[in-house]
Amino acid sequence: MAYWDQEKECMPREELEKIQLRRLKEIVFRVYAFVPAYKEKMDQAGIKPDDINKLEDIKNLPFTTKQDLRDNYPFGLFATPMSEVIRIHSSSGTTGKPTVVGYTRRDIEIWAELMARALSSAGATKRSVIQNSYGYGLFTGGLGVHYGAERLGASVIPSSGGNTKRQIMLMQDFGTTELTCTPSYALFMHEVMQEMGVKPADLKIKAGVFGAEPWSENMRREIENKLEIDAYDIYGLSEIIGPGVAIECNAKSGLHIAEDHFLAEIIDPISGQVLEDGNEGELVITTITKEALPLIRYRTRDLSSLNREECECGRTHARMGKVLGRSDDMVIIRGVNVFPSMVESVLLDIPGVEPYYLLVVDRKDNLDFLEVQVEISEKLFSDEVRKLEELGTLINKELESALGIGVKVRLVEPKSIERSEGKARRVIDKRKI
Amino acid sequence: MAKQISVFLENKAGRLSHVTRVLGEADINIRALSIADTSDFGILRIIVNDPEKAYTILKEAGFTVSETEVIAVQVPDSPGGLARVLEQMSEESLNIEYLYAFLGSSEDDALVIFKVEDFEKARSTFKEKGIKFLDEKLLYKL
Repeated sequence: MAYWDQEKECMPREELEKIQLRRLKEIVFRVYAFVPAYKEKMDQAGIKPDDINKLEDIKNLPFTTKQDLRDNYPFGLFATPMSEVIRIHSSSGTTGKPTVVGYTRRDIEIWAELMARALSSAGATKRSVIQNSYGYGLFTGGLGVHYGAERLGASVIPSSGGNTKRQIMLMQDFGTTELTCTPSYALFMHEVMQEMGVKPADLKIKAGVFGAEPWSENMRREIENKLEIDAYDIYGLSEIIGPGVAIECNAKSGLHIAEDHFLAEIIDPISGQVLEDGNEGELVITTITKEALPLIRYRTRDLSSLNREECECGRTHARMGKVLGRSDDMVIIRGVNVFPSMVESVLLDIPGVEPYYLLVVDRKDNLDFLEVQVEISEKLFSDEVRKLEELGTLINKELESALGIGVKVRLVEPKSIERSEGKARRVIDKRKI
Repeated sequence: MAKQISVFLENKAGRLSHVTRVLGEADINIRALSIADTSDFGILRIIVNDPEKAYTILKEAGFTVSETEVIAVQVPDSPGGLARVLEQMSEESLNIEYLYAFLGSSEDDALVIFKVEDFEKARSTFKEKGIKFLDEKLLYKL
């Protein structure tokens, strides 16, 4: 078992909780003193920093949402002067004003440490050649992984996203041992490999660290079989720090949250009540060491669960379940919540179906319709209409029984669904346009 | 026996013209064609002068393609000609998946492309009943 920092990763929980409480108190003091928006929120909620005496008291603190970041655009929630901020990242802002995050030198250090932990957990070492195909730039994926891989001492190929043929050439020529990118891009790379006649068995790649979008267990199987690697899920979001908030170990049964830096809770997304471990709900994270942008009870919109039981890998940090979906990815169709990951899981259970699909939601005569477009693969194609229609009916039946709503399945030509070099677009909601 | 090329087509404007343009540019001549369609997609079935090349070219162009074994049956080009052949097939319980006409003829006969369930049985039945079918090499040259 390879740990990056065994002392911290395997710390007895009692000791860990002491550190967490000390850090939580500090951070609450700090935001109350330095961030007017937090002082206002806490005053409104009638809570003072002195009221935090045990870890459970966290539930009395107000939540922070993406909207708070937008309302204080760009730097209003920063707790340090700009002279201390050495890096700024930002979201793309496709759904409104971008959210802006800042890092002090120490924040960047901690981030690199956490990413080194994450890469080690996926089996990477200083002898690894890590091809980092997350986008470099304002997006935290590229630089986050990059600093961690350097901290680890591995050889980093900063290939960023895009130019897929060149990515595969680099993989061959530089002997890439670990690949980091979004899971959908990993599958697209495999497609291009096939076109180029490159066999995964001839490559040195052993593992991949995939994240930045929800992906199902079936997708993991698909990636592992096709690329002949171990696929690890990594979790993070720029508001909290970027990639490295949580990472799978080789038990692959949940992602260890770096609990010495982040406190995690699962809440009921509607009532806001904290749920017991094991229940599914919205993940809420408090950063307890961040300097530039500390966030108290940040609502991630990611749906997951928590497990604080001991893991076979020896790490004591709590595990979050694989993210099932984002509440903003979720589409509500006739009152039923539908996640792209549910559709993906159903499709990949049908032999021969490729994980390229698109959900199109539309409204006709005040009724919502879900169309699921599925690419027809060579394996599934038949020259007989009857057989293709049977396939369509089968997919339809499976989807309807899994989702609980009527679905129209449309078989489409291969490669007609847009391939992504970053986060895949899975839903087109025409109701909003 | 002959090779038919089958292509999956989404029900979208311009798809059929795209396939035919790709074939035309590769100097491939279409000798017979039929389209099976549903509301969402269609299957284009063609007999061409060079099936292997057509298969490769279409695959490279990104289409979903398959090769299917079919039989080009010579049917007397006179009233009742096809009916007689079909009756003989039905007597032997030979199931037909689909059939379509060829755009040319062989001697005095019309040509009809048959996709049957059981090839071997079809072949022996045709021989037994004296139903003529065309060798694929001759077919591609027509």
